[in-house]
Amino acid sequence: MDTAILIFKIVMVVSVVLLHVAYVVYFERKVIGHMQARLGPMRVGWHGLLQPIADFIKLFFKEDIIPFSADKPIFFIAPVIGVIAALGSFAVIPLWDGFIIADINIGILFILALSSVGAYSIILAGWASNSKYSFLGGLRSSAQVISYEIAMGLSIVGVIMQSGSASLSDIVNAQADGPFIFTQFIGFFVFLMSALAETNRVPFDMPEAETELVAGYATEYSGMRFGLFFMAEYAGMFVMSSLAAICFFGGWRGPDFWIFSHVPGIFWFLLKVYAVIFFYFWIRATLPRYRYDQLMSLGWKLFIPLALANIVITALWKLL
Amino acid sequence: MPGTFIPSNYLPIIIICIFATIIGLSPLLIGSLLRPRRSYRQKLLPYESGNEPIGEPRYKFSVKFYIVAMLFVVFDVEAVFLYPWAVAYDKLGIFGFVEMMMFIFILLIGYIYAWEKGALDWE
Repeated sequence: MDTAILIFKIVMVVSVVLLHVAYVVYFERKVIGHMQARLGPMRVGWHGLLQPIADFIKLFFKEDIIPFSADKPIFFIAPVIGVIAALGSFAVIPLWDGFIIADINIGILFILALSSVGAYSIILAGWASNSKYSFLGGLRSSAQVISYEIAMGLSIVGVIMQSGSASLSDIVNAQADGPFIFTQFIGFFVFLMSALAETNRVPFDMPEAETELVAGYATEYSGMRFGLFFMAEYAGMFVMSSLAAICFFGGWRGPDFWIFSHVPGIFWFLLKVYAVIFFYFWIRATLPRYRYDQLMSLGWKLFIPLALANIVITALWKLL
Repeated sequence: MPGTFIPSNYLPIIIICIFATIIGLSPLLIGSLLRPRRSYRQKLLPYESGNEPIGEPRYKFSVKFYIVAMLFVVFDVEAVFLYPWAVAYDKLGIFGFVEMMMFIFILLIGYIYAWEKGALDWE
C-alpha cells in the first residue's frame, strides 16, 4: 500500500515537472517578448497557450539524424543521463509541509551530486558527437560547470550552519523566524550567480554560445534527442530555483498573519520558485554574454573567496 | 544480520530514477515509430558550417582544462569536508571554529599559490 502511494506521488511530481517544463518555455518566450516590446507566441491557441504542445508534437515528427562518425552508444545515453539527473533531484525537494518523496538527511548533498552527474551528460554528448563544435562546447561546459559547482557548494554551507541540518525539510523549518536571505545575502548572491552558470543560462551560456559554437555540445543532436537536453535544462532550472527558494526564502512558509496564514504552502513555494525563474529570464533579456576567460576568473577569483568569507563570517557570528 | 543495512529512505530515489529513465526513453521510442528516415551521406556528415569536415575533430586542447580539473578536485573535497562540520557546528563550539579556520587557512595558502602561479588565469 505504501509503495502504491509512493508511486502515485512520484508520478504526480514528475508529471507536474514535465508540465512545468513545457510551460516555462512559453513563459520565457512571453516574458522576453514583452521585455523587447514584442508579443511572443500568439498564433497557436489563445495568446499562444497551446504553443508548447505544438512544439512537442513537432519534435516527435522530426527525423533523428545521427552523424556516422558519432560514438553511438554514448551518443544515445548522454541526453537520458541529463534527464535522470534533472528529474532525480525532485525526490528530495519538499513541495509543502510534509510532502517529500524521499526524506533523506543529506538532501542538499544529493542535489549537488546529481547536478555533477548532469555535467556528464554534457561532456559525453560533446565527446560522442565527434564534431569540432560539440567537442569544444563539451569541454568548455564541463570546465564551467565544475568551477561553479565549488562556489555553489560553498555558498550553501552558511545556510547549513544556521539550520544545523542538510535536510531540505529541516532547513525550511529552521526558517520559522524569518528567511535566511537576511543573514545569508552574500551566500544568496553567490548561489544565484552560480546557479545561472550551472544551468548554462545567459549571461553564462558559454556551452551553447550560438555565435561562436553553433549550439555547443548539442550541435549534432536533432529532433527528440535535442528535446531531451532541453527538458533536462529546464527541469534543472526548476531544481536550482527550488533550492534557492528553500534555502534562502523559507520554502513553503508564507507570512503568518491575517488571511495569509490560511494560504496553502504549495502556493508560497511556487510563488518563490517562479519569482527566481522570472529573475533568470529578466537577466537573459538584460545582459550580454560573458567572455570565457572572464567567466572563469569571475568564478575562481570572486565567487569562491566570497563564499569562503561568507562561511567565516557566519561562523564568527554564530560564535558570538 | 550484522553488516546488512538497507537504507529504506533511499528506495524512492531508485524508483524515481527508474521512472526518469522511462521518461527519457519513451519519447525516443514513440518518436522512432512516427518520424521519417531519409538519410544520405551529406546529411550524416558532422556539422562544419556546410563544408566537408577537415582533420580530426578531437584535436589538442588547452592545458588549462586539466588545471581546472585538478583544482576542482582539491576544492570540491574541501567543500565536502565543510558540510559535516557545518551540520555539527553548534555542538562543536570554539574548538570546531578554530579547527576549521586552520583548515581554511591552509587551503587559502594553496589558493594564493595557484593564483600567483597563474593557474586561475585564462590567457
